[in-house]
Amino acid sequence: MKIKKNIATSESGYVFNPSTGESFSVNPIAIEIFNFLKEGKSYEEISKTMLARYNTDEATFEKDYNDFMGMLKQHLLIETENEKEN
Amino acid sequence: MEKLRYERPVLKKLETNMPNKFGLRTEYVPKTHIDGVAVKDLIKEYGSPLFVISESTIRKTYKDAKKAFTTRYPKVQFAWSYKTNYLGAVCNVFHQEGSWAEVVSGFEYDKAILNGVDGSKIIFNGPDKTEEDLEKAIKNESIIHIDHLDELYSIIELTDKLKKKPKVAIRVNMDTGIYPMWDRFGFNYENGQAWDALNKIMRSDKLELVGLHCHIGTFMLTAQAYGTAAFKMADLALGVKKKYNHDIKYIDMGGGFASKNTLKGSYLPGDDTNPTFDDFAEAITSALINSDFEPDNLPMLVLETGRALIDDAGFLLGTVISNKRSSAGKRTTIIDIGVNILFTSFWYDHKISPAQPFTHYTEDTTLYGPLCMNIDVIRESISLPLLNKGDNFVIHHVGAYNMTQWMQFITLRPKVVMIDEKGKAYVIRENETIERIIAMEKVPDHLKEFEL
Repeated sequence: MKIKKNIATSESGYVFNPSTGESFSVNPIAIEIFNFLKEGKSYEEISKTMLARYNTDEATFEKDYNDFMGMLKQHLLIETENEKEN
Repeated sequence: MEKLRYERPVLKKLETNMPNKFGLRTEYVPKTHIDGVAVKDLIKEYGSPLFVISESTIRKTYKDAKKAFTTRYPKVQFAWSYKTNYLGAVCNVFHQEGSWAEVVSGFEYDKAILNGVDGSKIIFNGPDKTEEDLEKAIKNESIIHIDHLDELYSIIELTDKLKKKPKVAIRVNMDTGIYPMWDRFGFNYENGQAWDALNKIMRSDKLELVGLHCHIGTFMLTAQAYGTAAFKMADLALGVKKKYNHDIKYIDMGGGFASKNTLKGSYLPGDDTNPTFDDFAEAITSALINSDFEPDNLPMLVLETGRALIDDAGFLLGTVISNKRSSAGKRTTIIDIGVNILFTSFWYDHKISPAQPFTHYTEDTTLYGPLCMNIDVIRESISLPLLNKGDNFVIHHVGAYNMTQWMQFITLRPKVVMIDEKGKAYVIRENETIERIIAMEKVPDHLKEFEL
């Protein structure tokens, strides 16, 4: 899954969707995941990096990652199949 | 290299000028210690959940309350409201500070005696005093606050048997301009019931009328209602003096003072808006001093406030079991504290602080207890920092009623710990065990065996 190309993010955790005009705030760990997703990294790669950096376990991270992806989808920040083709 | 503290990734939509029911974020600092003792250490040693009572907070709150009244009125006596929290250690802190005992049942009466309170320093309230209770109270020269005429007649009958003149007061209910008006206890002021009872007592000549008692409501958010009540109590006392030339020794204004908790549905936190001891004291003492009592012959003022004296001293420590999402996508968190041990969560939006450092990121959350019941909701909506599974938190202002109204339901009630003024923790009530619960049960012989 990839973040839509037009989504603007700042280093301080501000996210803006120019298509809808909606703004979001994200915490530092979410910015990191955001950036990995923009780079097109897989879950496995992201998980490995995060588990090395943060004091958590794989099960917890997987659960929270999936929850975060759900939030991204709900707020239409992830590329849909149609957008990928274009 | 040491790993960084993990926080789950969170995305929050920014909305401006959109008021919502979650209110503003209120938690800025974690509650890592209680009176110098680490919350984590307490949970490690005594388990989670855990009730913690701060002895120094009790003593400080009591002194604040006492100061508010004694700086305004010459004769003040507090009586500790047992039903609010009757753990022996808690009661004894109040007794050490000078409080009498105020009890509302035979069980509480016996508890006060077992705590070592002199019978004459026990005020016996409530509508259900058995003949056995009354006999005990009369023999011990306790003060009986009569709730209804049947009780009055029972006491008069007992005086013949016991050859004693019991010390009594009547409980008076009245309209003080607040809703709901508590008229189920005692005798009404406005319709003459109170005078009827007073006449019966004075004319029987078998009882010693020592006081007048009222208790106008609970968690009162206006102090002025107490001023109205004190004015009406003074009127009754002065009426007795005029009619029978009999001095009422004390006026007992009961309790009902609000603590610092926030009632459900309030827009502003109770910390900021609820009346203080000074507010209540000013209303009550002004009404008494401005009445027609002779300045040198004022009746003693008795106060039975419970909640406002103990709520702030009680903390409930707990642990996060899981984070979930509801069908609508809302964040929900399950904690190991249910409504069975936090009864007051039905009335209050309890303040809850994480017990470990956190960032400023929050999520609007519903906090569910662990009971397998839909009503088990500790906070329907709270803006909380991001808590992980296993994280600890502290629920504030839980000292009143929870340790008396709690229920043993599907699990066992936890330990209660008191931290003394030197920062030493003592278990003041052990946790329940399955053996203790089962010991009270009896299974008939024909039900002891079965095959499946």
